[in-house]
Amino acid sequence: MTTKEALYNYSLRMGDNALILGHRLSEWCSKAPIIEEDLALTNVALDMIGRAQAFLKYSAILKNEGQTEDDLAYCRSEKEYHNHLITEQPNGDFAHTIARQLYISIFEYHFFSHLEQSADVEFAAIAAKAVKEVKYHREHAIDWTIRLGDGTAESHKRMQAAINDLWMWTGELFEMDEVDTILLKDGISVDLAPIRDLWKKELDKVLLEAMLVFPEAEYMQSGSRKGIHTENMGHILSEMQYLQRAYPDAKW
Amino acid sequence: MYVSKQKHMHNEHTDEHFQFRIDNGEYIEPRDYMPEAYRKNLIRQISQHAHSEVIGMQPEGNWITRAPSLRSKQILLAKIQDEGGHGLYLYSAAETLGVSRTEMIEQLHAGKAKYSNIFNYPSLNWADIGAIGWLVDGAAIVNQVSLQRTSYGPYSRAMVRICKEESFHQRQGYEIMATMMKGTKDQQAMAQDAMNRWWWPALMMFGPHDTDSPHSKDAMKWKIKRETNDELRQKFIDKTIPQAELIGLTVPDKDLKWNEAAKKYDHGEINWEEFYSVIKGDGPCNKQRLSHHIKYHEDGVWVREAAEAHKLKTNLSVV
Repeated sequence: MTTKEALYNYSLRMGDNALILGHRLSEWCSKAPIIEEDLALTNVALDMIGRAQAFLKYSAILKNEGQTEDDLAYCRSEKEYHNHLITEQPNGDFAHTIARQLYISIFEYHFFSHLEQSADVEFAAIAAKAVKEVKYHREHAIDWTIRLGDGTAESHKRMQAAINDLWMWTGELFEMDEVDTILLKDGISVDLAPIRDLWKKELDKVLLEAMLVFPEAEYMQSGSRKGIHTENMGHILSEMQYLQRAYPDAKW
Repeated sequence: MYVSKQKHMHNEHTDEHFQFRIDNGEYIEPRDYMPEAYRKNLIRQISQHAHSEVIGMQPEGNWITRAPSLRSKQILLAKIQDEGGHGLYLYSAAETLGVSRTEMIEQLHAGKAKYSNIFNYPSLNWADIGAIGWLVDGAAIVNQVSLQRTSYGPYSRAMVRICKEESFHQRQGYEIMATMMKGTKDQQAMAQDAMNRWWWPALMMFGPHDTDSPHSKDAMKWKIKRETNDELRQKFIDKTIPQAELIGLTVPDKDLKWNEAAKKYDHGEINWEEFYSVIKGDGPCNKQRLSHHIKYHEDGVWVREAAEAHKLKTNLSVV
């Protein structure tokens, strides 16, 4: 794999993470427990779609085959997406969405804080913007985790269940393959081993404050690096790509 | 006149003095004296307006996950967020009249408070998102521009803020329609289909003819409303027809024609039977919209209870 190919894959991966999580979060529209939360969750969705646009645009430039960010978002097949499997997990109840946000936003905060130093100018610029947004996403997720963990008996039970249910998808956040290692040599990508330590440390603190138990299960599911998804992905794409697929000649 | 003003200044808590202030063009503020009927009329109108913003998130939300480009998805998400934000300021404006958001939501769920009838129609194709922005927000703006001068201060100030955002929405909606009319035959057909379905309900948004409008008389006297339903509807029609023609959309009204003498468009009669039937509850999405709101409000009970419980514990530990 050439550095350029690795760059493309790395950019695509980050674009796909943002795109699919943004899709899931946007499903909350008109369904949140209070309007303030409807606005908060769709606001995070909006940040995600903006970030997806930036990374996919850069991916299209790197590929140099005349594609646009929309071609990449809307015209690939399932196996060509490389988003973390956790992003495609269904919203579930509010606690599940918050648990997913907690795992991802703490990871992204540390990840983008490091990517901000990337030798690749474009990555560094997108990361700098992402860090500002993710600070808010992380704060939002932590506040709710504590509120639900320390709220009523029911909210505590639901929050703990959500933390446990989504745990098996977190291992993948720290997986590294050839793409990561090629770019690491040039100071472009982020070494995920130290990120995992930062993530665990912070998560431990939050769960303790929320009076929740840190999950113990060891089994971790992966697949996204190889384009192997969960059953959710096909449904997400059939909805997201509906107009593009049904009217391939149309410009929107 | 000087004498009468003096007299009224000594009797601030009378309906007469209140009407004097209204006639004098003054804004009424939350702590000022107001007749009970004025308060009730405002609560009805502002809560209906707030509920409309919130229920309106449903037909638009229906297309977020299917928006055909990343740009259009972002615009739609941002627009729906604006609508939710408008709902929030309007609930707050109504709260200054002594009613809580919880009570307003209960009234909505009980069918005692209404929301704009327009949202009882479905959003069936992507051009509907254009039509909602262009026609529905376009009609709302005509009404809301007029309401910027409404006599109740908090409502007037909410309207000033809301109007700024709505005019963006209207342009974005029109842009979707224009793009589709420049597109493939399928896209043009979708745009025309949306126009056909939304045009008449958009005209109905202004309410019945002035002669049949139950709340209009008091609302005009108190300057809650500044222009009549028919005047506002005419403004909307005159503004919108040239925009439709410019992009090649046909207005689905065979009686529509320019009246040179009156310098306005004459239009065909609105189907008032449909209007009253949908208001009464017999519309394509009435049940769906309300049961959606009720379902998700109930699903959120445990979250709201947890937030309250946590707040209480935190406050106690601070003390």
